[in-house]
Amino acid sequence: MTAASPILDIQDLRKSYGANEILKGIDLAVHAQETVFIIGPSGSGKSTLLRCCNRLETPDAGTVTVDGVDLGDPRTDINAMRRRIGMVFQSFNLYPHMKAMDNITLALRRVSKKSRADAEVLALAALERVGLAEKRNAYPAELSGGQQQRIAIARALALEPKVMLFDEPTSALDPELVGSVLAVMSDMARAGMTMVVVSHEMRFARDAADRVVFMDHGVIVEQGSPGEIFGQSQHARTRAFVSQLER
Amino acid sequence: MERFVDTFFNASVIASTWPKILSGMLITVELALSVVVTGLAFGLFLALIRTAQIRLLNAAIVVFVDVLRALPPLVMVLIIYFGLPNVGLTLPSFAVLWLVLAAVLAAFAEEIFWAGILSVRRGQWDAARSTGLTFPDTLAFVVLPQTIRMVLPPLVNRTIAITKNTALGTVIGVPELLNQATTAVSFLSNATPLMLAAIGYLIIFVPVVLFGSWLEQRFAFRKA
Amino acid sequence: MDAFIEQFFNLGVMAKAFPLLMRGLGMTLLICLAVIPLGFVGGLLVALARLSRSAMLRISVRILTDLFRALPPLVLLILVYSGLPFTGIRLSPFTAVCIAFFLNSSAYYGEVLRAGVESIGSGQWEAARSTGLSGRDTFLFVVLPQAVRNVLPDLVSNTIEVVKLTSIASVVSMTELLYSADMARSITFNASPVVLAGLIYLVLLWPAVRLASRLEHRVGT
Repeated sequence: MTAASPILDIQDLRKSYGANEILKGIDLAVHAQETVFIIGPSGSGKSTLLRCCNRLETPDAGTVTVDGVDLGDPRTDINAMRRRIGMVFQSFNLYPHMKAMDNITLALRRVSKKSRADAEVLALAALERVGLAEKRNAYPAELSGGQQQRIAIARALALEPKVMLFDEPTSALDPELVGSVLAVMSDMARAGMTMVVVSHEMRFARDAADRVVFMDHGVIVEQGSPGEIFGQSQHARTRAFVSQLER
Repeated sequence: MERFVDTFFNASVIASTWPKILSGMLITVELALSVVVTGLAFGLFLALIRTAQIRLLNAAIVVFVDVLRALPPLVMVLIIYFGLPNVGLTLPSFAVLWLVLAAVLAAFAEEIFWAGILSVRRGQWDAARSTGLTFPDTLAFVVLPQTIRMVLPPLVNRTIAITKNTALGTVIGVPELLNQATTAVSFLSNATPLMLAAIGYLIIFVPVVLFGSWLEQRFAFRKA
Repeated sequence: MDAFIEQFFNLGVMAKAFPLLMRGLGMTLLICLAVIPLGFVGGLLVALARLSRSAMLRISVRILTDLFRALPPLVLLILVYSGLPFTGIRLSPFTAVCIAFFLNSSAYYGEVLRAGVESIGSGQWEAARSTGLSGRDTFLFVVLPQAVRNVLPDLVSNTIEVVKLTSIASVVSMTELLYSADMARSITFNASPVVLAGLIYLVLLWPAVRLASRLEHRVGT
């Protein structure tokens, strides 16, 4: 593998639900340490695209390759791969019956086969990265939405993923809690994590994104630097969408 | 296979026993209906009394419900059926079983109705009373209708589980379905009547079980 | 009134019957110890089958549980205990009781657990799968613990029903609590032993009944 080969490589990805074609042939390559934002109106297929990247959805056609491994290959151990593909959900999806620490160590112990002690060391490091080490014994219900989302990020981080997928990570949060989550994400981007983010946080995208992808009706309409997409887009659809966000 | 058919679905045994099985089935249905009607009515009555919030009465209802939830019905059946005659009170076996099962059903039904009434928010009472509705009217037209979605699925399931205990009549000689079957089995040394009885119970209860599952699906959010 | 007490609360008779009843209680507990875990595990399998991708499995398990919920447990017990011997399969009363009550209680536990599993949103499955957890591990460590907690009141009251159910084993001459009490009654011509058995069931189950009703109201509000 050459240094230039992408961490995440999506080729001609297609997905339909019944007669409704959600993804109409998506090509996207994300390179190491890149932060890519995917924006677009609801129903444009952004979330489905993200969920195909760790096979929570099974695509109808096309390939998704992560770190050189074709996820659709029947010989691929998908659970071993998912460990390498972190995902953060809009609704956090923390396990409510487990403390923050146990939320993080579960996969370390069951998938990475680490001892409890080793898993806790890794989990604590992840908790420190999101600034919540002191909440390790809290249950999700005792935490604010922003804290829950940061724990969810730590849960993915602890598995040392090659790439992190964020599915609208701040849209379920009260406005005053958004900042803490975005700060954690900025730190990760700066530290060199490869990230694919579905989000409408424009200001944040402007600062953190290396590239912005605009999707509509199941296709990638255009992509470019934040300046190009938010500033002087050539496409009327992009401009219309961006101006809506700014309001 | 032939032996199996001969043992469990013997044509000549079916021919000779079906009238008895059918008469047993009628008694089972009769008993079941009496239990359901009186048990549910008494259970609702107790729940309504409880809304009046009279402390002593409420405590008595809670004890009644707890005891009947904790005691196996067969224990009560044996105490009443074999005990009462010795103090000069003889009840027919049908009546004993009916009394016991109706009381058990009433206890469970009271719990379910009461939980339903509690689930209706205070504001509903306030709103109804503020328009001048009386307490009974508020209960009947505003509160109880709102409890149906929450109450009906568990109520149907409980009712089935308790009514099935009519089979306990066998133990004290009520000539119901299972009793007819076991008697025939011991006379004929063949298991066919038992299978007929089982089929009889399925005919009576499967429709109610299906109704219960249908209700549960319709009101799926029961306890969110 | 005296005749009533003499007949139902005769302390002398109760005292004499007490050792016999204690032995019966031992058997009752033994049956519970066998049937409750069996039924719970059976119920888990039923719940899993009801969630299976195979429609065949889903439907056949659905039909079986509906049948066992429609059949009175006593009918099931007598079928197993007195029906099977006609085919040459002779079971000890204890085995017959275990089989019959296993079939009955798996159906009930299965329904309760299925409702519990269905109450867990797909986000929990997805979050767990996204960290690489297998389907089995996700079910065992993420979904099942939450499901059990959500339906705890129903699980407790179902378990109470199973304990009460064991009294029916007396019909096939299992020397459990009620059988022993009824034997003492027929010897003494006095209902007090059965009343005593009732009291023992109360002591055994009242705390559980209180717990179930507390839990129900906690969830209800």
